[in-house]
Order: sequence, then C-alpha cells, then structure tokens
Amino acid sequence: MSDQSIDYDVEFRAITKRFGSLVAVNGVSLKVRKGEFLSLLGPSGCGKTTSLRMIAGFEQPDEGELLIGGSDAVGIPPYRRDVNTVFQQYALFPHMSILDNVCYGLKQRKVSRRERRAKAGEALELVQLTGRDSHRPAMLSGGQQQRVALARALVMNPRVLLLDEPLGALDLKLRKEMQIELKRIQDQVGITFIYVTHDQEEALSMSDRVAVMSNGVIEQLDTPRAIYDHPLTAFVADFIGDMNFLEGRVAESADGGYAIDAGEGVVVRGRGHPAGAAIVRVGIRPERIVVERGNGSGTANSARCEVLTKMYLGDQVQLILRLANGSEFVVREQRTSAAPAIDSLEPGDTATARWDEAAPLLMADLQPQKDGE
Amino acid sequence: MPSAGTPRRSRHRFGKRMFTGWAVLVYLVLYLPIVVVVIFAFNQPTSVPQGASPCSVDPSRMGNVTVWNGGTTCWFHTALNDPTYVPAVKTSFWIAFRASLIATVLGTAAALSLARMKKRWRVPFDVLVYLTLVVPEIVIAVASLIFFVQAHNNLSIFPTLGESTILLGQIVFSASLVMLIVRARFVGMGSSLEEASFDLGGGPIATFRQVTLPRLLPAVIAGALLSFTFSFDDYVLPAFTNGTVNTWPIVVYSAVRFGVTPAVNALATVMLVVTVTLILITGLVLRRSGASDLTGAPPPTIP
Ligand SMILES: Nc1ncnc2c1ncn2[C@@H]1O[C@H](COP(=O)(O)OP(=O)(O)OP(=O)(O)O)[C@@H](O)[C@H]1O
Ligand SMILES: [Mg+2]
Repeated sequence: MSDQSIDYDVEFRAITKRFGSLVAVNGVSLKVRKGEFLSLLGPSGCGKTTSLRMIAGFEQPDEGELLIGGSDAVGIPPYRRDVNTVFQQYALFPHMSILDNVCYGLKQRKVSRRERRAKAGEALELVQLTGRDSHRPAMLSGGQQQRVALARALVMNPRVLLLDEPLGALDLKLRKEMQIELKRIQDQVGITFIYVTHDQEEALSMSDRVAVMSNGVIEQLDTPRAIYDHPLTAFVADFIGDMNFLEGRVAESADGGYAIDAGEGVVVRGRGHPAGAAIVRVGIRPERIVVERGNGSGTANSARCEVLTKMYLGDQVQLILRLANGSEFVVREQRTSAAPAIDSLEPGDTATARWDEAAPLLMADLQPQKDGE
Repeated sequence: MPSAGTPRRSRHRFGKRMFTGWAVLVYLVLYLPIVVVVIFAFNQPTSVPQGASPCSVDPSRMGNVTVWNGGTTCWFHTALNDPTYVPAVKTSFWIAFRASLIATVLGTAAALSLARMKKRWRVPFDVLVYLTLVVPEIVIAVASLIFFVQAHNNLSIFPTLGESTILLGQIVFSASLVMLIVRARFVGMGSSLEEASFDLGGGPIATFRQVTLPRLLPAVIAGALLSFTFSFDDYVLPAFTNGTVNTWPIVVYSAVRFGVTPAVNALATVMLVVTVTLILITGLVLRRSGASDLTGAPPPTIP
C-alpha cells in the first residue's frame, strides 16, 4: 500500500484535544482506509466520542492535523464536511415525520423533492423500515428509530459514516440482530464506517480493524484476530477477552524461546524474546489452559493449583483456580460433551493447570505509540 | 388476604375522589369570577323608571348592580357605543400587540444568545433580567416616568409621554418574561438536534428555521401570549407614563370612582369571547401545521 494520504479517508496526525486541564485525546495518529469498517474500542471516558466529534467537526483539535479525504479539515464547519453521523441517542427531529427526517439532509443540498423522496425511500428500504413514512419518531420503537437514524445518514452517501455507540440503547437480542444488519449494509454500500463502541465483542465481530483506546491514546490498532491473539499491552490483553497474568524473573532466554520463574515452582516457557527487562509479564487466555485432576509434576507450563469456585455460564463451565504462587486463574471449557472433564472438579480439589508453549503472550507494559498505520 | 384488600381498596377510591373534588374546587375558584362577570353583563339597575331603557339610567342612580335585578341585553349596545370605552380598548389592544411582538423577538434572541454565552458574561445579564421581574412595578413605573421625562427634555427625538412610552416600559418587562420562558425550553432541548442538523448539511440559518425555532415554538407562543395579557391589563406602568393616552384599564379604574355599570361587564364579555375564539383558532392552526406534539411537551418552568 502506498503512503499517499489520498488512500485514506480520515487521517489523524498527532492530534491532541484538551478540555481545560483534562487531555481527552493525547497525540493520536490514525489512518482510516477507504471503505473499511474501523472500530474505536475502549472504556468509558477514553476519548472515543471526542475523536469522532473532531471528525464530524463539532470539536476542533488543539494540536495536530486532521485530514478528511486527503485535505485539511481543521476549521471546516460540520455542515461543509462530507461526513455524517449516527448519534448515540439518534437525535431524530421529533417534529418531523420519518420521511422528512430522512429527506432533511438532501433538502439542505437543494435536491429536488421527487429525487429526495426516491432516495429516502431507497434508504429506508435498505434499513428495512418501510410503511412508517408519515409517522413521528416518538411512535417508533428504539430499534426502529435506530434504523431511521441510519437511513438519514446513509441517504447522504457520505465519504465516511460515523457511528457513536449506535446500538448502546438496544437490548442484547436486538443488538445482535442490528450488528449483522449493520455489517450487511456496510458491505452493500461500501462506505467507510468509523464505529465507536465499548463492547469488545461487537468490535471484534464487525470490524476490519480495531483501535483499542485508553486514556486518550490508541494502545493498539490491528485486525480483530491480531488484537485478540497478539495483544501488545497488558491493557489490551485485559480489555479484550479475559486474560490470566503471571509475572516473574526471566530465568532463561535463548533463540526463539524463554522461561520465566513466577515463583513457588510455577515456570512459564514461551516463544519470543522478552525485551530487556529482567521482570516480565505474560498473559494466558482462559481457553488455552487445560485443568486435570491430581498433582502433576512441577515442570514448566504445568502448575499445581487449588479449585476455588465453579460456575456454569450456559455453554461453558468456568473454574477459578489458585496457583501455588498465589495467582488466580480463570479457566473455561466448552460443554461439548455431556460431561466435560472439568466438570468432575469441585471447589477445594487439588489439580494441575497445563498449557502449551504457544499460549503465553509477552506483555509490553510500555505503550508503543506506533505511527498509526 | 381478601379481607384486608377490601378496606384498602375503598380507602384508595376515597383518596381518588378527594383529589377529583379538590381539582373541581380549584377550577371553580379560578373560573367562577369570570362566569359572574359574564352573568352580570346582563344585569338591570335596581329601579328603572317607567318606559325608559334600563341602560339609560344615570350611573349614580343605578343602585346596587352587584345583586341580580333581572335581565337585559342593552349593555352590550351601550358599551360598544361608549365614546371612551371602545377607543381605549383599541389603544390597549394596539399597544399590547406591538409590545408582545417586539418583546417576543427580543426575548427569544436574548434567550438564545444568553444560553450560549460564557458564564462570566451570562451572570450579569441574568441579574439584570431577574431585576426587571423582581423589582415592584410601582418602582419601575416611577423610575420610568422620571427617565422618560428627562430623556425627552434632553433629547428631543425621544418621544413625549404617550403610547410609545407605555410601549417601551412594557417591552422591558415582557422581554424578560419571554426570555425566561424560552430559555428554559432551549436549555432543556440540548444541542443534539442542532448538531444533527449541522451534520446533515444545514447551515446556521437553515438550522434555526427548520429545527431550533419549531422546537421552541410552544415557549415562544406562550411568551407572546403572556406578554400580551400582561400588557393589555397592566395598570400601574401606563398610569404613570401615559401622558394623555387612555388605556382600557385606566378607563375602567376611573369609571370605578363613579360606579361601574354593567356596560364594563358587557365589554369584558365581548373581549372574553374574542380571546377564547382566538386561542382556539391558534390551537387548531398549530395542530394542523404539525406542531401538535409540542403541546405534549413539559410546560416551561420559570426558574
Ligand atoms: N465538552 C466537554 N467538556 C469537558 N470535558 C469533556 C467534554 N467532552 C468530553 N469531555 C471529557 O473528555 C474525556 C473523554 O470523553 P469522551 O466523551 O470522548 O469519552 P468516551 O470514550 O466517548 O466515553 P463513553 O464510552 O463514556 O462515551 C472524558 O473524561 C470527558 O469527561
Ligand atoms: Mg462516548
């Protein structure tokens, strides 16, 4: 891929945004590719909405450059940007009918009445909401209002569509439906989507790439799979899915492998190179750990433990273990058979937790601020 | 336990009835005086000389018109032909119309800009606005009188006491009133709808016309109506600043000194009918134009 800005619909160059003394976005660089579905994922208050509002033009960056479609966008008002937003609370005009809501943007562009209606009709069809044209927004359900908000933005055929937790107000079932729906619509129209959410599952399942944010910086920007399999920082590892952490002294570091002594006979052997530091942290996903009854040998990647709690999560059984060195581990197993092995363990039992050499992930605690690509 | 349920339910029903009764009482207290005014517009003097029209009796000989002496419709004729009544009502109406119009425009503009102002600037303006509402009207009236007279003496283009000075004084008060009402709604509205409009390509003027104003309309109309009524039946301010102009309240107050005839009631009744009709028409028009959902909005609160 060439490095020309024109390949990107939106580009952040070291953007900082402050509210008084609070730094909401801190030197963020980000390049959004044409036609991609990019999610901004992070906990509450990490600066997702602020980033989105800068693209929409409601906030101006204090430092750095913002490019939309390759040209400088700083200072351009929202009504002159080729970008549209689906607001979290929908912000439908309550005094207009559904049709007038969807037509509103085209009307501002002085599109003829007939064309307006035709396009609005198409957009409403795309979001599968027909026959409610003359109703007021208040007469629709939350999910339907959400569709209207989407149609109202899509009908403008913008360069970039911004979505700020558009499914946040919906119940779980409807949310899952709308996720599939949104993905289908994005595939169909091919518009670049920048999608804000704090639901990691949502981000992973829908996006081409995910930017994980924390405290105003992007911790990692990559494909969902890479983010899950190779989290760069402990924050990302912890925020995306569950992660069991072990910390210890590097006992051995050779070509393509290392061993860490986490204390009390817990030894982790993994692949890669622990960078510099003598004390490092590794993370192991719950599903990569196997628990067996009885006292195993105290070899590497095999730790003696005690079962603390057992829970049923519907499709999975979850155990919480205490390792010999005091760390607590979460372990899960799918209930694919009627009696999974893990189910024979009860709280108080002694067992052995085992994992393979590929499971431990080295955590870099320093945040590598990459160039954003 | 069914035995315990019965008395509780009847107590509940009793409470409900109490509330209904209370509501009826409140409405009676509010509207009974108006009903009385209308009824007594048809009242006769205590004694009417043989062959004379009941309305030709001299006010000083009319006796007690606060008791019912029998019906007549002639007061309406008298009232509408009175040389002072009808012109005074016209003057009052014309002043109130202009005052409410100007106050509504000024008040709405002030509400929008004040709500967006930095706190440092907003607070002093707020204090001024509240002052005009809190200071007793009589104080404002005296101050206005002195100011208007001095202003005219020193600046010849400033109007003499008359309709314009009444208008000026009332606009100051009404604009503050409108501002409070409109701002309450504007602040409650939030910025998300306006942002949505900007986002969809609506410029500042288009957004104001198509989103902000329609959303504020109920408050703007409420403000205009309130200013109109305030201005129309205001006595204190015009009494000081009227010069030689007679407004309707001034005429009525001076008539009280010679004894009020049912002609005043008759004129009040005519005005009532006209007002109610106007309000009904306004309501219908608003509903037609699709602003009906606005009536369901919470009433503006005056902080
Ligand atoms: N207009 C504002 N004035 C002052 N502070 C603000 C403003 N907008 C946002 N902030 C602050 O900036 C920080 C980032 O806010 P932002 O709305 O971007 O968070 P977010 O990631 O969208 O969170 P959430 O998931 O809760 O929506 C927060 O600490 C917030 O308090
Ligand atoms: Mg947010």
